[in-house]
Amino acid sequence: MLTKKLVMAGVAAAIAAGAIGVAQAEEGQFIPALTYRTGPFAPGGIPTANGYVDYFHLINERDGGVNGVKFIVEECEYGYKTDRGVECYDRLKDKHGGATAVSPYSTGTTYALIDKATADKIPILSMGYGRTSAADGRVFPYVFNFPATYWSQATAVIQYIANEMGGLEALKGQRFAFIFLDHPYGKEPIPTFDILAEKFGFTYDKYPVPFATGTEQKSVWLQIRRTKPAYIIMWGWGVMNATAVKEAANIKFDMSKFIGNWWSASEQDVLPAGDGAIGYKGATFNGAGTDYKVFEDMEGMSGLSDDGDRGTVLYNRGMVNAAYIVEAVRLAQEKYGKGKRVTGEQVRWAFENLDLTAEDIEGLGLTGLMPPTKVTCLNHEGTNPAILIQQWNGKGWDIITDWIPAMSDVVRPLIEQDAAQYAKDNNITPRDCS
Amino acid sequence: MLYREAGQFKTSYSADQAMLTIPLDRWFVFALAAFAIVGVPLLASEYLMVSILLPVLILSIAALGLNILTGYCGQLSLGTGAFMAAGAYLAYKIATNITWLPIWVVIPLAGLCAAAIGIAFGLPSLRIKGFYLAVATLAAQFFLLWLFVKVPWFVNDSISGVPPAPPRTVFGFQVTGAAAGDEAKYLFVLAFVIVLAWIARNLARSRIGRSWMAIRDMDIAAELVGIRPLPTKLSAFAISSFYCGVAGALWAMCYINSVEPTAFDINRSFQVLFMVIVGGLGSVLGSFLGAAFIFLLPIFLNSAPGWFGYSVASDTITHIEFMLFGVLIIFFLIVEPHGLARLWQIAKEKLRLWPFPY
Repeated sequence: MLTKKLVMAGVAAAIAAGAIGVAQAEEGQFIPALTYRTGPFAPGGIPTANGYVDYFHLINERDGGVNGVKFIVEECEYGYKTDRGVECYDRLKDKHGGATAVSPYSTGTTYALIDKATADKIPILSMGYGRTSAADGRVFPYVFNFPATYWSQATAVIQYIANEMGGLEALKGQRFAFIFLDHPYGKEPIPTFDILAEKFGFTYDKYPVPFATGTEQKSVWLQIRRTKPAYIIMWGWGVMNATAVKEAANIKFDMSKFIGNWWSASEQDVLPAGDGAIGYKGATFNGAGTDYKVFEDMEGMSGLSDDGDRGTVLYNRGMVNAAYIVEAVRLAQEKYGKGKRVTGEQVRWAFENLDLTAEDIEGLGLTGLMPPTKVTCLNHEGTNPAILIQQWNGKGWDIITDWIPAMSDVVRPLIEQDAAQYAKDNNITPRDCS
Repeated sequence: MLYREAGQFKTSYSADQAMLTIPLDRWFVFALAAFAIVGVPLLASEYLMVSILLPVLILSIAALGLNILTGYCGQLSLGTGAFMAAGAYLAYKIATNITWLPIWVVIPLAGLCAAAIGIAFGLPSLRIKGFYLAVATLAAQFFLLWLFVKVPWFVNDSISGVPPAPPRTVFGFQVTGAAAGDEAKYLFVLAFVIVLAWIARNLARSRIGRSWMAIRDMDIAAELVGIRPLPTKLSAFAISSFYCGVAGALWAMCYINSVEPTAFDINRSFQVLFMVIVGGLGSVLGSFLGAAFIFLLPIFLNSAPGWFGYSVASDTITHIEFMLFGVLIIFFLIVEPHGLARLWQIAKEKLRLWPFPY
């Protein structure tokens, strides 16, 4: 009885204290960080979150924020669960004077937030994931997915294969394999591949890997062994990637003909396969490693994460994500008042008018890490080349190509068609961008 | 003393058969409903209403559904997530293809579709029992989700496969989709909750509810007293799936604003099962208490350090959340194996005797 009473009293006290203890509101540019450092996708979530948070810390410490306005970053752990992600967003969005921009790093949560964030006037920067057709800025004013979308990436991968084989004509009659997570994310590029297959005369076999059992791929690889595809393209995430790379090594598939998308080509995907993974290729839009000027500034700085993942593909991607937001805030301040906090709506304007040239990026010390990009009202994907191809050498990733452009003539009509359908379903009148 | 039943006489059959026979109970429930309808929209913040109460109410409907099947009829099911998904996908399909149909018709219609699917997957329950039935319903969980992802027809051939909830209005107020007002959304869901809870409470004490309980307690004896197992079990499956389908449709339309397969995966089935177990098997109140407990406790544990101004790394909080959550579930199951509803009952007994306990 006594224990029960104590527990009850404790709970009551906790609730009472919670009601009184209102957190002090700091002034600054607020960044809600929706992260997943726990759960099945934590291997990808931790480095991404670290890079994202560390970059804001770096800007605060090194530059004193943007024109004196410091960033306040608050993390909310949601474990890659859509409903918890939505809850986190709602919990954080009004704190510290309102959120600047949100990057959920989950396709499911991004979809759930598109309408919500639009209603709240908070821009979403879903960098290379989420809803591809959000690239049509007329229908999705608050959603940005530069530097490139899945569909652009798919066409660029095919372009790369064509370059390797000696031109687009060489694709004719070829047989490829496409391994994907059986989930909306994995299925996104299929319509694009279908169009390309028809256009260039190749065929491809689809191998879905179930969401629940990403590690059971024996049958997939048996079939691949039998059909001997010229190239394998993979759209995976989480533990599925490492398994696929291992299985490919087991059947002695030529790893240089196995290409992962940008969520299937980071260190944790290749390390489990050991030397067997050498030669595996992946798409990327950000550089890997620590040979960039920005990392010199981070050397010895206190308050940064210490998980030892600095320089990995996903850590650097998290940094690039933060860097885009920082530059958007800088641009918004130039228009709406230097040294003042900017609102989500103002940052949205800045995203839409973002034009980062190679010189700008040089000035930030991010050359090679972050692609130059130019966003317009019409094109939220950014007018820029889509991907680089990187290859695993057993210790790190080497970037082996120059920027490979997307086939925009194929992708853009698809984007506009899907966006128009969305607009119709949701009674949205597309903005006039001219 | 506070809670007295002595001296309350019923003078008519209808009074005796009323749903809540004790006036104090009745007033309390009416007051609570009135507060939920009037007070909450006036007082509660947007976060409380949309991120806390809305999902709890929707999950309460799902827990009610599972409670009908597992708590009242004794058929263990792990397919709750799938039946919710059926409701969500079919609600989307119906709402987008028959656009003139009002949304408050669409959602029960989607529930009916889920009920039909529930009957199909309930058929094995006539032959197999207990854990084996749980495995059979597990098949529903995986098959249905696979089907909805596999066949693009369900999402109108949407390229992304995750279509947004179509905006629909009731009395001129938008209730589905993200642009809907918080109050409108909340009241729309609340209306479903009140009606469905009222139906569930009455079903449970009607002939059909009693036959479910007879089957649950001992199916052979129930057969001997003339209860036919086939319609009884299948009706439980149908009604349970209907509730789950409505919950799934509301979840997709009003809460996450998109129809998404991962929202209804196996973890959702387990979550609802835990709600029923922790809340109390065979209790309408238990479904609400369980839903609130299982959904809110993690969020409470997760945000509590922030209220006191402690800054703890977000992953540490989540790990602590997992541990405390597990400990609390075990604590409640040891202290009160019949669930939170039983705790409430004990509290009522105590109030009856207060202040002169013996």
